[in-house]
Amino acid sequence: MTAAMETLIQSLVNGVLTGSLYAMIGVGLTVIFGVMRIINLAHGEMVMLGMFSAYWSYTLWKIDSFLSAIVWVPLFFLAGMLAYRYLVRAIMPGGELNTLLYTAGMSLLIANVALFAWTGDYRTLNLPYAVEPLHPFGIAVPVPLAIAFGLAALITAALYVFLARTDTGRAVRATSQNPEAAALMGINVERIAMITFGLGTALAAAAGVLLVPSLYLYPTVGEILVVKCFVIVVLGGLGSIPGAIAGGILLGVIESFGAVYVSVAYKDTIGFIMFLLVLLFRPQGLFGAARS
Amino acid sequence: MLRVDNIEVAYGKIQALWGVSFEVRDGEIVALVGANGAGKTTTLKTVSALLRPSAGAILLDEQRLDCCTPVKVVEFGVIQVPEGRKLFPHMTLRENLLLGGYTRAARAERSKRLEHVFEIFPALRERQGQIAGTLSGGEQQMAAIGRGLMAGPRILMLDEPSLGLAPIMVEEMFRVVREINQRGVTILLVEQNTENALELAHRGYVLESGRVVLEGTGKELLANEKVREAYLGL
Repeated sequence: MTAAMETLIQSLVNGVLTGSLYAMIGVGLTVIFGVMRIINLAHGEMVMLGMFSAYWSYTLWKIDSFLSAIVWVPLFFLAGMLAYRYLVRAIMPGGELNTLLYTAGMSLLIANVALFAWTGDYRTLNLPYAVEPLHPFGIAVPVPLAIAFGLAALITAALYVFLARTDTGRAVRATSQNPEAAALMGINVERIAMITFGLGTALAAAAGVLLVPSLYLYPTVGEILVVKCFVIVVLGGLGSIPGAIAGGILLGVIESFGAVYVSVAYKDTIGFIMFLLVLLFRPQGLFGAARS
Repeated sequence: MLRVDNIEVAYGKIQALWGVSFEVRDGEIVALVGANGAGKTTTLKTVSALLRPSAGAILLDEQRLDCCTPVKVVEFGVIQVPEGRKLFPHMTLRENLLLGGYTRAARAERSKRLEHVFEIFPALRERQGQIAGTLSGGEQQMAAIGRGLMAGPRILMLDEPSLGLAPIMVEEMFRVVREINQRGVTILLVEQNTENALELAHRGYVLESGRVVLEGTGKELLANEKVREAYLGL
């Protein structure tokens, strides 16, 4: 294998691995939008809180950060449901602009409380088994990213089965396609909205837990993540789950290629240039059909 | 069975229904006819508890429906097939039908009722796996009615089932409504297709600007001078 070829494959692999986590965050944002028409600007903070939860589990209680997902993901699911019930629901009749401003406010509040509590220090989490990368086929794969990828794929697949095969999952999709018709089927639309908000929050937090060994951690990390989230859902078409998965992986690959072939400093910029190009030339998303 | 008693409904400051009363008896087909904007769809939405009346009452036997949630109304067996079908467009026909039987009580009966729906609409059987949004207009209407039947309705409320269908499908639609009724389902039919609706219905009510202005058997209304002039153009 030539060196150029090796670099190409290496950056492709890195891109797909990181992209799988982006995809999970994007799917969370997109299910919430699909069912409730809320663009949740506090979504990045949910990822941040997930990251800190796993970080503290490890540094304070010596619990493996990946293992801590078993506790944190259900807790964030519950917290998301409660947040919907007591914080978000009252604002829903105000329309999309109101919920947008409201979640923007929540995002600022959460990030600043986190800054106050944990300071703005950059932190990293070094797992003992993560020192040496794996070397399958001569490509270096960081261990934590490989584990994160595996778990992200598992969680996304579980979500897919839930949405496709269960009655509640079908009700979630029905509500996102036509809430009034869903109510006429005897679906409790409020309950479905609550479950969906819980799901979206849990997905964001899960991505945070999985990302923490691979990313710098600081209270305002959510800002950049939520912007990336928009790139992802716009690439995939807002409201589409397969679109968000494809968009997340695509963004991961674009960033990875950008870092290798252009400059690490321009990694994020290249993603955002893509975002603008898609908005200009294909506003319905690369994969999404135009929504009726 | 279903009694709507003097309901008043307003959208914000604009009042849409002014003391509408009517009754649907067990086993009947009752038609609610009238021009566009007369309040037919508003009436059905109010029965389904999607809208709340500011006055009046809706009774299913002795049970008040006007203070229930939409979910409760469905659980009592009062099922609406909404105007414009409102299928879930990105789901398969089969998934749409399964959602019709979503309530806890209906789930146990799902496979039996699915068979029953395919008996009434044999054309839907081969279409099960097709995405609902890609079905033809006629098939979509069949699917919407089938989805309603999956709930095991005591009373099925059809909002403009013939709207936008080819003439041959309109005829088929009215035939199917009669067949469903003969199988024991009480029907409240809302239609702009006054002639066909009144021919089919046992009894009918004419709505005008949010008020019931005429009522009688289907035959009586068809013979009525005013109905003939205003709605049938005769």
